[in-house]
Amino acid sequence: MEAGIVSYGAYVPRYRITPSEIGRVWGSDGATVGQGLNVERKSVPAPDEDTITISTEALRTALVRGAIDPQQIGAMYVGSESHPYAVKPTATVVAQAVGATPNLTAADFEFACKAGTAAIQTCLGLVGSGMIRYGVAIGTDTSQGAPGDALEYSASAGGAAFVIGRDRVICRVHATRSYTTDTPDFWRREGQRYPSHGGRFTGEPAYFRHVTECARGMMEAVGASPSDYRHVVFHQPNGKFPQRVGKQLGFTEAQMRYGLVTPRIGNTYSAAALLGLANVLDHAGAGERILMVGYGSGAGSDAFDLETTDALVDFDRNHGRAVQWYLDHGVEIPYAVYAKFRGKIHLAEG
Amino acid sequence: MRDVAVLGVGQTKFGELWDRSFREIGIEAGLQALVDAKLASENLGGLFLGNMASGGLLEQEHIAPLILDYAGLAGRHLPAVRIEGGGASGGLALHQGFLAVASGLYDYVVVGGAEKLTDVPDSTASQIVSSTADHEWEVVFGATLPSLWALVARRHMHLYGTTREQLAHVAVQAHEMGSKNPNAHFRNRVTVEQVLGAAPVAEPLGVFDCAPLSDGAAAVVLGPLEGARRHTDTPIQIRASEVACDTMALHHRRDVTANDATVAAARAAFSRARRSPKDVGVAEVHDGYSISALLAVEDLGFSEKGRAGPDFASGQFALGGRVSVNPSGGLKAQGRPFGAVGVAQVVELVRQLRGDAKERQAPATDLALAHDLGGTGATAVVHLLARAG
Amino acid sequence: MSIARFWRETPRRYNLGGSKCATCGTVSFPPRVVCPTCTHHRQSIGKMAPFQLSGEGEVESFTVVHEAAEGFEMQVPYVLALVRTPEGPVLTGQIVDVEPGEVAIGLPVRATFRKLREEGKAGVIHYGYKFSPRTEDDPAPPRGRTAPVPREAPAPERAKA
Repeated sequence: MEAGIVSYGAYVPRYRITPSEIGRVWGSDGATVGQGLNVERKSVPAPDEDTITISTEALRTALVRGAIDPQQIGAMYVGSESHPYAVKPTATVVAQAVGATPNLTAADFEFACKAGTAAIQTCLGLVGSGMIRYGVAIGTDTSQGAPGDALEYSASAGGAAFVIGRDRVICRVHATRSYTTDTPDFWRREGQRYPSHGGRFTGEPAYFRHVTECARGMMEAVGASPSDYRHVVFHQPNGKFPQRVGKQLGFTEAQMRYGLVTPRIGNTYSAAALLGLANVLDHAGAGERILMVGYGSGAGSDAFDLETTDALVDFDRNHGRAVQWYLDHGVEIPYAVYAKFRGKIHLAEG
Repeated sequence: MRDVAVLGVGQTKFGELWDRSFREIGIEAGLQALVDAKLASENLGGLFLGNMASGGLLEQEHIAPLILDYAGLAGRHLPAVRIEGGGASGGLALHQGFLAVASGLYDYVVVGGAEKLTDVPDSTASQIVSSTADHEWEVVFGATLPSLWALVARRHMHLYGTTREQLAHVAVQAHEMGSKNPNAHFRNRVTVEQVLGAAPVAEPLGVFDCAPLSDGAAAVVLGPLEGARRHTDTPIQIRASEVACDTMALHHRRDVTANDATVAAARAAFSRARRSPKDVGVAEVHDGYSISALLAVEDLGFSEKGRAGPDFASGQFALGGRVSVNPSGGLKAQGRPFGAVGVAQVVELVRQLRGDAKERQAPATDLALAHDLGGTGATAVVHLLARAG
Repeated sequence: MSIARFWRETPRRYNLGGSKCATCGTVSFPPRVVCPTCTHHRQSIGKMAPFQLSGEGEVESFTVVHEAAEGFEMQVPYVLALVRTPEGPVLTGQIVDVEPGEVAIGLPVRATFRKLREEGKAGVIHYGYKFSPRTEDDPAPPRGRTAPVPREAPAPERAKA
């Protein structure tokens, strides 16, 4: 497959909250909950941020790094479960904000946490077939857990944009493969403010089964074993699941080192695996093989067999903030401010 | 052009006039002025009414004939015109009235100014006030009128070393004069410490750096200077009436710490009257914000550029100082019913020139200046007044 | 605010599209149909070309707003500034991702894309530029390269003289 990643950019909002601060409000031992989840803190969007602004920032960085003319973008897909509008695309605003309109196709994707990887697959098809020159795939969320719910300790905000093209590919896509079933582990009904989930049902039959099956199927298809990969990136709803699934599949801590970002910023949902991949690309040299396996509730996994190219060495990674910058920075806020920022406080009507 | 004089003045109390409607206060001021001018209504040629935002504040446009009607004059079918220029609406109306009489087309006109801000929630009134700045390129991005003046203040402090304490003296002086003015919205004295300790609105400006939202109306009767003594023993001549404009948005100004519109209007006015800033003994200037008063005295030529802070703090503009500035208490203490302000300034100056200002009477002078401003300075109006010789 | 009223300004609010006078080179933002600085200003009519600001700038003055503009209540206290761009125009905008005490005259900033306001809970959301500090440990790019000129950049209408 000649289509690959030609550029990428990441964005994580500035604010952070810790599990112990959340636990303080709900009478739980938040620090212990955080340790159990392997989440030290999670990102919180400012009141003037949403998945449209996050996507725009991530994509603007990507376009600079790759020196890509936005008018050459033929498709834009934004994967998220927290689009600001139920009806009206996120992608059109982002396309306009980066100067990509009007000659492109655009749509919003939703598949819980794997809408961003699904967008990459779609772009690979369009670029690979020659229908378009560049395709943009964005995974982003400003996800919310219901106040007091277990999800509240991890649900965070962020975004990563990937530009798919054929020239100056910095990361080849050898193969991609998916594993999809009807598994109701996590959902949000139309009109509901917060998502619901099946508790422990989200574990074995959902995340672990899909990620494991998809990863094994991918490696079998390309005739690879875990040791063939320098890096591995899994969807990371918390810091624990990806570590455990990596171990089950036979990957080492070293292979997971850069691909695991959730402990420092929380679960960015549709951006989670993609921010992990962005962090790997921030650190990787040429010729390094990467396995990425996304996961979305409902349920499905998308696996990608990737390999960095010589072009990555000359690629302008220093433009824009690296993922590491976001992992290292951030301003902690108390729960009351978090509740205000996230619209959890009931306000007087006009 | 013929010479124009103010023959009569009228003004309501300024403040929170809960039991009085817009039409009531508009009529009260106008009728007072007619009585003061001993003008028979059959000699009246028309009404020019300064008003900023009756539509937004009262859901009532088309207010000039409304006031004329309730003044009992509908049957005379006189021309009545509303004039809008943000906070400068009253000064602009006066300019129009001046032109009407000076041209010879009209003999006697009433110039009124009226605004009713308490019939809507404060938040709505504040939004309407902010709409006198550039909505599309300032307000949409989070600006309010006080925040734009705060940007001016910060820059003035940065360039000239102006201090918060110096700004506070503007409010202290205004409240001191307000305490002597029975029509004033605020009649309490305040100290520098109180001003500095007040809640911030837009730093460095606090609550006491900002004029209030008031109800009120003011009116004057204008007529030809010739024959003015049939109406009053002390006709006050309008020696100059000048309007100048500048960019709508603060960020487009040549220098945000100066109001070039004020400079231009003042220059034209002094030139027309063949006088200079040194001749002015008493002035009513726009002090919607403490910093606006500093800009005003600099731009009008009363202070060197950058020196207004120390000049205010050292009492140069107090009653009996180098120039007695805002003996009425200004917008800060007398109150700020937007469209009424520019007319009320002239009402005060007429009383000063007549020697009728009682406790707040400035030393006798033969030249008085009124300075009205809209928004952050997109419109400036300067009037020079003197006792007719 | 009506939808169309905001929508028609998106090239300016999203991408800092201004104009440049072909006669004297003065850059205007928002774009103008006639140059405010040309000596013979009528000659500039029809010669104003689209020009995009880089989004870089420096704080010329600032205030910490405690009594918010409509739609900004959740962000109080927020920083509002005059930002002087290297291209010439000064813009009024919010400085985000900063503590009020960290802002000073001269602070280098860059444009960022944020929500400006919402038309209530059910209405349209408006987006546009704000500014964030450009600090030394922040390798953020000059924004000029990140927001290329849209193909449909607004050409100021020719004045009907």
